Amino acid sequence: MSARIRRPRKILNPPSIKGFKPFGIDPEMKSSKGSVNLLFEEYEALRLRDYDGLNHHQASLMMNVSRPTFTRIYAAALQKVATAFVEGRQMTIEGGKVYFDSDWHQCNACECYFSHPHKQLPIEECPLCGSKEISEFDFPEENNQMQNERDKCICSQCQYEQIHQSGVPCKEEVCPECGHFMKRKGGPGRRGRKMKGI
Amino acid sequence: MKVAIASTGNTLDSNIDSSFGRCAWFIIIDTESGGMEFIPNTNRDMEEHVGRVAVELVSLRNVSMIVSGDFGQKIKPMLDSMHIQMVVIKDSQKKISDIVELLNNRRK
Ligand SMILES: [Zn+2]
Ligand SMILES: [Zn+2]
Repeated sequence: MSARIRRPRKILNPPSIKGFKPFGIDPEMKSSKGSVNLLFEEYEALRLRDYDGLNHHQASLMMNVSRPTFTRIYAAALQKVATAFVEGRQMTIEGGKVYFDSDWHQCNACECYFSHPHKQLPIEECPLCGSKEISEFDFPEENNQMQNERDKCICSQCQYEQIHQSGVPCKEEVCPECGHFMKRKGGPGRRGRKMKGI
Repeated sequence: MKVAIASTGNTLDSNIDSSFGRCAWFIIIDTESGGMEFIPNTNRDMEEHVGRVAVELVSLRNVSMIVSGDFGQKIKPMLDSMHIQMVVIKDSQKKISDIVELLNNRRK
């Protein structure tokens, strides 16, 4: 698959928040600077690389971009987060050239809801009953659960598990049992690679 | 096309299960041949990763659609990236036979 320019980047889940606000700001600094805007694809790059612990190659596959493109997006994301951090700026997360998996639709005939995994195809009818009485559907904001189940690192070699230390990328952790590198348990990495080319 | 349905039991009179990962049975339907396979979900009591295991189980059977009462937040992106369509039926009284009938009528 050749890299194409201006291709929308795939992001798996929209962020559960719209941004961050700093607290305890020096009042003199407060008004001076505006907020930093993190694009959705930059958010996604951070999420895949540092939260899910994927490497650049895996993450680029997940986002459906070339590896150099991923690296560029990721670098921009880090730069923005660092700027917001250091300068005490507010950060918004929005915009960018992305599509979300998944967009959902509902059938008014059989009352089912369905995802549309083949975005290149038009949606014409309900996959279950065949009715054309369908409309777009927005999932109501589902409770922003903390993903505790995910917060474990697992050794890529011997499957040893330990609790993930927040702030420490799993991939920089070394397995106390066998010395191999750890990764985030249950991350979508394997799946993403396998799915390439379907 | 193959369709997986999350079911509360192993008959056509069973209802749709409200959870995909923790459903009692998976019913795999081949809409072309009319064949059906009933698979007990032996992993439903696992504490973790039931969703992922369930996804693996049905994806091995080349399912292109899954019908369930709901899908967990972690399962959705997995299925999206595998291009497996999710169909949610909130009506827990729906029987497996109702769904099979809808699918059969549609394929005619
Ligand atoms: Zn319908
Ligand atoms: Zn190890």
